[in-house]
Amino acid sequence: MFESLTERLGQALRNLRGVGKLTEENMAETLKEVRTALLSADVHFKVAREFVERVQTQAVGQDVLKSVTPGQQIVKIIHDELVKLLGEGATELTAKRPLKVLLVGLHGSGKTTSTAKLGRLLKKRGYKPFLVGCDVQRPAAIDQLEILARQEELGFYADRVSKDVPAIGAAALKIALEQGADAVLFDTAGRLQIDHDLIEEVRRLSARIVPDEVFLVADGALGQEAVNVAKAFHEALALTGLVLTKLDGDARGGAALSIKAITGVPIKFIGIGEKSADFDTFYPDRLASRILGMGDVVSLVERAQETIDQDQAEKMAEKFRKADFNLEDFLAQLQQVKKLGSMESILGMMPGMSGVKIDDGAEKQMGRTEAIIKSMTLQERRNPSLLNGTRRMRIANGAGVKVVDVNQLLKQFQQMQKMMRMMKGNGTKKLMRQMEAMRGKGGFPGM
Amino acid sequence: MLSLFRKFKDGLAKTVAVITQKTHALFGGRKIDAASLDELEEALYTADFGVATTTEILEEIKRAHQQDRELRGQDAAAIGAAVLRRVLAGSEGRFEGAPRSRDESANPEVICLIGVNGSGKTTTAAKLAWMLKEDGRSVTVAACDTFRAAAIEQLRTWTERLGLELVASQMGADAAAVAFDAWQAAKARGRDYVIIDTAGRLHTKSNLMEELAKIRRVLQKHDPAAPQHSWLVIDGSLGSNSIEQARVFHKSFGLTGLVVTKLDGTSRGGAIVGIWRELKLPIYFVGLGEQAEDLQRFSVDNYVKAVFGLEG
Repeated sequence: MFESLTERLGQALRNLRGVGKLTEENMAETLKEVRTALLSADVHFKVAREFVERVQTQAVGQDVLKSVTPGQQIVKIIHDELVKLLGEGATELTAKRPLKVLLVGLHGSGKTTSTAKLGRLLKKRGYKPFLVGCDVQRPAAIDQLEILARQEELGFYADRVSKDVPAIGAAALKIALEQGADAVLFDTAGRLQIDHDLIEEVRRLSARIVPDEVFLVADGALGQEAVNVAKAFHEALALTGLVLTKLDGDARGGAALSIKAITGVPIKFIGIGEKSADFDTFYPDRLASRILGMGDVVSLVERAQETIDQDQAEKMAEKFRKADFNLEDFLAQLQQVKKLGSMESILGMMPGMSGVKIDDGAEKQMGRTEAIIKSMTLQERRNPSLLNGTRRMRIANGAGVKVVDVNQLLKQFQQMQKMMRMMKGNGTKKLMRQMEAMRGKGGFPGM
Repeated sequence: MLSLFRKFKDGLAKTVAVITQKTHALFGGRKIDAASLDELEEALYTADFGVATTTEILEEIKRAHQQDRELRGQDAAAIGAAVLRRVLAGSEGRFEGAPRSRDESANPEVICLIGVNGSGKTTTAAKLAWMLKEDGRSVTVAACDTFRAAAIEQLRTWTERLGLELVASQMGADAAAVAFDAWQAAKARGRDYVIIDTAGRLHTKSNLMEELAKIRRVLQKHDPAAPQHSWLVIDGSLGSNSIEQARVFHKSFGLTGLVVTKLDGTSRGGAIVGIWRELKLPIYFVGLGEQAEDLQRFSVDNYVKAVFGLEG
């Protein structure tokens, strides 16, 4: 569904072939596509428009460099502008101690989880964090925070009787400081930015505790409404930062760009998983690539680390090196790849591939391959040369495929083995270097 | 029906206020011109309708405008509403309202609520159970979110408040086992419905998607037809990613419908249009507030009217 910007631009860029200079006229269609790509990534309408104008001003009049195509040049301009826009302003925490942080946001944006995650991060940085449960609205929200505080061994305070949030905050702050905490984090109830009573409540809380940082916690998949939400919270509370959550999904995160562009509030942290450790400082270039659909090699690497069994991976690497790789290993590897997710989602993370449609074919093919190997005996898997005509027939019947399919698989496998033997020499080093280079570059796609 | 519409309009009142405020002149008696078409485009995009639907509505209005230069704002609104109605035709989920007389041996009907983190599954489970109870049906709620800290307590607080029956285990327990037990309890007690609240999971996590499949497998040991309803709970304030969520959940779990939450804010939940266009999954309910009664049946007519600020 999400086509990558690169792909979207494909048609429009054809008109740009061979031009020597970028002009308003020859870029018109391209810029329209850029706008559509941004809108599809949930960037706010106005922000998208202004952004395209910025890119236009940047690009018009530039000579097309000899070494790149006009398309690459435009994508580079867009990417750089995005990074500039996303990354402007401080992203570090205020250096104050004790540090008081107030976390606010809509319902279900991930405030409670983020409070605990931030607490854990601060603890690792040498703070003594203390969590305060100020969500007196959602049933059991306080219990949730308490459990998380206990898990991370952080200070905790809540008042399960009172509904007077500013008073709870003030009392908690006093207790926290008495206990020697030097980072006090206030988790608040989810509220709509248009709910006057609840906004007033959090304003009064803020006035009592005088926070050093006020973070808006926002779902990375938020739609066009993100702008109004952020504006209202910013007006009421003077936000100092944004925490973008659920970025382990595949949302483009265009909302973050809108919020940054309209309020100027910098993005400080991102939530990237279910576990408390899945919380990270924000990197503008990663998000820029993501919004543009240029793939996220880093995420892919991370997901691979998350799901692939390390020991098995090492064993496999050893086998690769020795070029002793049989069908059994092939099957194990196939299963590892399957764990990474659907082919489509894996490809989606690769630069320039996010628009590639995978029909069920590729996945079915994988399933078929698995079935064929599973229909072999262990001996056959380890020594495919055993496979004569009758054996192949038996396997085909067992896997519900034709003998040609079995033959094809074996042929492929032989080619793989051949390649591995070739790599056994010094070819490996070259391959490794190539892979390193890809990773280092952060994956700027060739068009 | 009228009161229902009132509620819907109240819930979407701010939406209407925002959109009519912005487009007051636009959808009023003023003649359409290039500037107002521009505003209209903005209004549609900011409602999260996405590129396809926005383009479709705009094209139609532009075409009408070419034929009739005297076209006024209210006519444009009417055209927009007509296009949206056409796009959404058939999207109203029908969930039978009449109390059913059932014999003792009948199996309970299972409603499974799934979705990403923070979409509002637990709250929806409670609201839905309460609604069915008010309708004279008996319900067992199953707390199958055994992952998130205090999710069970959250549901317990709700069910105690509303006088509902809950089957729960403790945090970290096997979600499928809870579902299995809940079904058994509901059957033994002759309940009409089992509502299953599951843990939030991002659609990109294949291992968590596998857990959902297990819940289904286990339920089917009791009743091959279960779960009769698998509804995806979608946060109405999200943008285009909702479509991706729906696509993946549908592919791996086989959805039968949607519940759209948090439409009481200023979000127009336009992403549901995209979901309907692509997956044709009916929308059963919309969440319009934090109270138990703030779950309403989805009505295309009300939705369209609210979006374009038309009067009922």
